[in-house]
Amino acid sequence: MATETVRPVRVRRRGGPARTSEGRRAEARLAFWLLIPTGVILAVIIAYPVVRAIWLSLLSDNRFGTPEFVGFKNYIRALTGTGSDTFWQAFWFTTLLTIVTMTFELVIGFSMALIMNRAFRGRGLVRASVLVPWAIPTAVAAQLWLWNFNPTGVINAVFHTKIIWTGSHWPSFWAIALADVWKTAPFIALLVLAGLQIIPGELYEAAKVDGATAMQRFRRITLPLVKGAVIVAVLFRMLDVLRIFDLPFIMTNGANQTETLSTIAYKESIQNVHPSYGSTLSTLTFFYIVVTVFLVNWVAKADVVKSSAGRGVS
Amino acid sequence: MPRRLVKFVLIGAVIALVLTACGGGNGGGGGAEGTGPITFVAGKDTSGKYPAVINKWNAAHPDQKVSLLELPTAADAQRSQFVTNLQAKSDRYDVLGIDVVWTAEFAKSKWLLALDQGQFPLAQMLQPAVETGKFDGKQWAIPYDTNGGLLFYRKDVLDKAGKQPPKTFDELKALCPLAKQNGMDCYAAQFKKYEGLTVNFAEAVQAAGGEIMTDNGTKVALGAPAVQGLTFLADGFKQGYIPKPAITYQEEESRTAFMSGKLMFLRNWPYVYTLASQADPANKVRGKFGVAPLPGFTGTGSSSLGGLNLAVSAFSKKQKTAVEFIKFATNQANAKEMVGLTGNAPAWTALYSDPDLVKKFPHLPVLLQGLQAAKPRPITPYYQEVTSAIEDNAYAALQGQKSPDQAVNDLSAKLNEIAQNG
Repeated sequence: MATETVRPVRVRRRGGPARTSEGRRAEARLAFWLLIPTGVILAVIIAYPVVRAIWLSLLSDNRFGTPEFVGFKNYIRALTGTGSDTFWQAFWFTTLLTIVTMTFELVIGFSMALIMNRAFRGRGLVRASVLVPWAIPTAVAAQLWLWNFNPTGVINAVFHTKIIWTGSHWPSFWAIALADVWKTAPFIALLVLAGLQIIPGELYEAAKVDGATAMQRFRRITLPLVKGAVIVAVLFRMLDVLRIFDLPFIMTNGANQTETLSTIAYKESIQNVHPSYGSTLSTLTFFYIVVTVFLVNWVAKADVVKSSAGRGVS
Repeated sequence: MPRRLVKFVLIGAVIALVLTACGGGNGGGGGAEGTGPITFVAGKDTSGKYPAVINKWNAAHPDQKVSLLELPTAADAQRSQFVTNLQAKSDRYDVLGIDVVWTAEFAKSKWLLALDQGQFPLAQMLQPAVETGKFDGKQWAIPYDTNGGLLFYRKDVLDKAGKQPPKTFDELKALCPLAKQNGMDCYAAQFKKYEGLTVNFAEAVQAAGGEIMTDNGTKVALGAPAVQGLTFLADGFKQGYIPKPAITYQEEESRTAFMSGKLMFLRNWPYVYTLASQADPANKVRGKFGVAPLPGFTGTGSSSLGGLNLAVSAFSKKQKTAVEFIKFATNQANAKEMVGLTGNAPAWTALYSDPDLVKKFPHLPVLLQGLQAAKPRPITPYYQEVTSAIEDNAYAALQGQKSPDQAVNDLSAKLNEIAQNG
């Protein structure tokens, strides 16, 4: 979708100055001035904090004195030094949590969207109720699931188990993952549903007339056309899970190696009042997210281009 | 049009006047100077104790009214608010209601006004509670209320077997088979990885006669008593006299376990007394429990201290009013009223034998025994890092990932590093 909107602009620019009339140039100048306020606001609320965090991460933390410039010392501490155990634990935990929750959320969210896209009686009710978990604030949801996973809580009672969910690593992992999937599968469902609704019904009718089975219709029509929406949903969720904070913070507070990149950054900068080391952790998280999202976007785009090229040939 | 302009000018002038009147007030530094309306900032008032004292003050001082600004309920979130505000040297906060463990950090950051000890009746207050307001030889904060741990026990079960409540951990362990016969777990406290674990670790260390840090947090003590204390807790999980789910317990989870009748001994704060005495279908222990001071290894143990202290912001422009308000809020009459409203433990020693209060809260005399032997948690400007290090290592020992020896060694190394580098 993005490529389609970018292309016409490029074409126009390639047209060269010969085709740019005086009126258009004035229009461009006006646009420049009109965009300046936006540019300033963006600089203040986005560029400044990012640059400031990066600058802070190069200073030392001297709680009761003045911070000094220490170069990449904080980064070395986080990646290979005394902070590396915590950092890499948080890194791998966050990464694994992202992969696992996104897989489940995608499957469940997609199924929900397919159901909600059907015309049936009570569809409005289903749509509304599916969205309830998404509407609950994450901190409240975390507390709710903490109660459910209490040793004498609902989960153990229903399954007749005696697992101490938040008392060791893997049960904690699955408890957090389940809470996250419950909470955000509806979000994926919502985005995918939006994608499904722009697919014209005639396509399905035509396919049906041509004798395509339900499976074929799903694979050849639904999937390719909803792909854009799915990619957007995946990117959004990825941005979210990689900086997951509330659920692990409330459910385990990082016990049993369940720290995430955001909880350790918060603990250092706010609780321990180490703004510099905290900024280092935030900056590392920031770059990790940027690189991951870029890679995913790139792979997804390459795929879209490839499949559309393939369609063109056949 | 001109008429509207005049209106604007007039309004502007009024606003300017009001602003200068507010800001001008009584500036100037040095000592406790400046009077006027002040803001009292503290964590959320869940028991409704502040309005009574504030209304009384406001009625008597119409030109120096106090307004209450409530921060979040959770201590961590409160501290973040204080740190953010005070780092910015804001004069928004005048009187600060701070947790007993923050005194050193706030004092060392030069955020608090040093108080004149002579102006407060500190000698009539519990000494351990007064200690929590001290750092580097100066008094920075005055206790508003205090808090200590108690051992709640199932009186019905012990009476039937003709037993006395345990004074030591060995006696407690010896009673555990009795718990089993009655289908209960034996002992629980707060062992989740959070501040409560630090409290319980500190109590275990103190029970063995040790301390965590001394000399304003510059020296690490720990050593053999710490190993002994931690071993008792770790063995509890290993041998089963502490139930496995207790690794997830905060105050409320452990209280629920006790009140559901599934636990014989519980270490918790006095608030449980009121709740466990109430008629409630979920409360199975009404009239069946008793309280005792915390057990130790050779005799009675020693509690960690909770509670709230009042301090004056170094950036307040009305420090004189702030100091006067603290004197008023912490005086004996107001303290008594506060205890009556909340059941919180008072800082005034005399109130523990006040007939009205003891009638309403019969656990007060037992609590006093525990509080007189109580010790503050480590007094250090790096409290947050210290408590994180304690939580990490104590938790690993309780989980069996480290031996108590190893955990105490690792903790000593970490605390030394914090004491030296901050």
